Amino acid sequence: MSDKATNEASLKGDWALWEVFIRTRGGLSHRHVGSVHAPDAELALKHARDTYTRRMEGVSIWVAASTSISASDPAHADAFFEPAADKVYRHPTFYNIPKNIKHI
Amino acid sequence: MIDQPLFHYALRLGDDSLILGQRLSEWCGHAAALEVDLSLTNIGLDLIGQATSALGYAGDLEGAGRDADGLAFHRDALDYENCLLVEQPNGDFGQTIARQFLFSNWHWLFLSALAASKDATLAAMAAKSVKEVSYHVEFANDWMVRLGDGTPESHQRLSAGLDWNWRFVEELFIGDDVDNEMVQRGIGVDKASLRAAYDARIIDVLNDANLPVPKKHRAITGGRRGHHSEHLGHLLSQMQFLQRAYPGASW
Repeated sequence: MSDKATNEASLKGDWALWEVFIRTRGGLSHRHVGSVHAPDAELALKHARDTYTRRMEGVSIWVAASTSISASDPAHADAFFEPAADKVYRHPTFYNIPKNIKHI
Repeated sequence: MIDQPLFHYALRLGDDSLILGQRLSEWCGHAAALEVDLSLTNIGLDLIGQATSALGYAGDLEGAGRDADGLAFHRDALDYENCLLVEQPNGDFGQTIARQFLFSNWHWLFLSALAASKDATLAAMAAKSVKEVSYHVEFANDWMVRLGDGTPESHQRLSAGLDWNWRFVEELFIGDDVDNEMVQRGIGVDKASLRAAYDARIIDVLNDANLPVPKKHRAITGGRRGHHSEHLGHLLSQMQFLQRAYPGASW
């Protein structure tokens, strides 16, 4: 995938877009923070480091070619998400969650 | 009584970083992509941070009331002791990358050795800086390969940039009386001893970048004695303008 993205970019004389995910601390998951332009994955990591972690925001970075991300269609949001809205029994509301557990 | 050799040693350390940091800051708002703009200026900021520490230390050693700002903004070109490589103009991106490549690889070796200095302050500054410079090396090496092994135009521009800067590499490995005394006292680095490791690192990257290894060049020296190219004066006139026009201005 990254090779394809690289080739497309160099053919157009422009850089591919990469989505950037950053883990802010050990134990947390990577979160999407934005995107960068870069000619290949290695430089995308460096650009992400220089653009998004200048103020010690991260301990780990992932980049993924934007073209490799498939997104759900906003026009089909009804069919995709609404059926879950009225099914309270799917929520774990009957458990007591310990106060010290923050990221659940 | 001022420890003159140590003062000059700290001054040179600071001047190298300050001048290259100022050069890189000239890219602010001008790089081809926002991401590269940030990378270059981040590196510039690292270097200016290093200069602040080293020049602050030099000022303390001198004991004449000059702090880092005093040394940076109220000295003329003749009193600057940076190497000639760092004052070379940015040129195009290829020329800037070639300069960064040649300097950062030396800088890393130098600081790694200086981290074992008997002078605790210099050793601590070197140990901190070497982490930053590791990234500068990676950044520059990566771009060398991409430009050198890229399009015909990027290859040609990088070659020209390398030609421009290569003349000033010899100076990095030549020591003078200050260096000799610092080495004898276990404070400084024997620069000539870095050459073999430097060549190995450089040649590795040049091979990957599809570039011939430039021939050894007659050494052009003088930076450490204050004999600079005409480029330094222009750089200083911009960098020092505010403090020259409004002495002591602060905000």
